[in-house]
Formats: sequence, C-alpha cells, structure tokens
Amino acid sequence: MTPSVLGTFAFTPFFLVGLGGAGGAVARYLVGTYVERTTVDTLAVNVAGSFVLGALVAVPSLDPIGPTSLAVGVGFCGAFTTFSSFAVETVRLAETGRPRRAIVNAVGTLVAALLAVTAGGAAVAAVW
Amino acid sequence: MNQARIRAQVRPVALVAIGGVLGAVARHAVTVSLPTAAISVPSAVLGTLVVNVVGSFALGVVLSEARLATALSAETRLVVGTGFLASFTTYSTFAVETASLSPRLAVVNVAGNYALGFLAVVVGQVVARWSS
Repeated sequence: MTPSVLGTFAFTPFFLVGLGGAGGAVARYLVGTYVERTTVDTLAVNVAGSFVLGALVAVPSLDPIGPTSLAVGVGFCGAFTTFSSFAVETVRLAETGRPRRAIVNAVGTLVAALLAVTAGGAAVAAVW
Repeated sequence: MNQARIRAQVRPVALVAIGGVLGAVARHAVTVSLPTAAISVPSAVLGTLVVNVVGSFALGVVLSEARLATALSAETRLVVGTGFLASFTTYSTFAVETASLSPRLAVVNVAGNYALGFLAVVVGQVVARWSS
C-alpha cells in the first residue's frame, strides 16, 4: 500500500471505528481477566465507558461525526461497554434462582451508568 | 518467557481484537444505514436498540448451555462472544442516548432495550436448545 492510499484509508469512518473497537474489546477482555466475578467486570466496564462517553459528548467543540468521536466514542466506548453480556448475565441470575440479584444488576447498572454519564459531562464542564 | 507462553497469552487478545473490529464496524454500519428520522426519535437511538436486541439474541445462542453452543470451541466463543457480539452491542451509547432524551422517551428507551434485550437472550437460549 502506498503512503497516500494508507493515509486516505486511515481516515475513513469505518477504519476509525474498527481501530477504536479493537482497543475497546481488548481493554474489556483485560478487565475481565483481572476482575474475576463476571457480573462485576461487566458493571465496571459499562459504568467506566459511560463516564468516558458522557465526557466526550460534553466537549463543546467536538464534531459528532469527526475522527475523535468515531474512534473514541463509537469505536472504543461502544466496544468497551456491552449490552449483550449484561443481558445474558442478568437473565442467568434470574434463571439460577437469584431473581433479586438480577433486578439489582439491571437497575444498578442503569442508575450507575446514567450517573456516570452526568458525572463525565460535569467533569468536562468543570475543566473546559 | 518462552515463545509458546507468549503466544498463549497473545492469542486470546488477538482473537478478541479481531472480533472487536468487526463488531464495532458492524454496529456503525447498522447506525448509518437506518433512515435519519423515525417519528421524532433520532435514528441513532433506534440503531442502538436494534444492535442491542440482535446481539443479545445471538449471545444467548452462543453462550447457552445447549449442545450446539457447547460444541463451539473456546476460541470461537472468544472471537464471536467476547469479541464480536460484546462489541456489536453497547451500553455506553444506550446510556448517553437515554440521558439526552425527554423523561418520557427515556423511560420508553430503557424499557425497550431492557425488555427486548432480556427476551432476546431467552429466545436465543430456546433456539439453541431446539437446534441441538
């Protein structure tokens, strides 16, 4: 690939999203290897990722379809956080006779993630 | 550290990365291919709902206890489950979009993602059992 072709390709939206996606997925996998309890690691990535995305979208000058939004927001944060793992784990808690923990996980993740979005936005507003 | 040990540690990371690229790209493809406005809800909100429900269904199949799913190798589960499907679906975008909606639409969005997502997992598990 010539440098100019590589240069053009490197700024296509799908390349940026894919690059961020690889980083987000690997980071989530690494969190999972350190935090051994499966619902706790999913909660951690979902809340941390929501904080980062909440901060990112609060940056005043940010282009919502620019390279940073695509790589960090859509790619990294989108892939770092996961709805499917959260859904499977919540259903499993309910199926294995722990309905109360399933509800705590579902409601707890929602409340913590929404607070994290607000906190991320507030953090950016405070320093910008 | 010898070469075999390094390879054993790098291999799962590479598999998750490959799945992660494809999952994020597929999610973005769904978002940009949806019509720009359906009723008064931004299309991105609908796109997130679609990927979350479809991805939850597929992960329900892949991670079910049924024979079909357990026949998959640990590496396949790593690429498809931890890599692709976990990256295809997203909680952070769902949370940010929910926070940006009016209170009434936010409740509808949470109820929609949660109810359809959990239902999709259960249906995925049933499908995996039927196919085994």
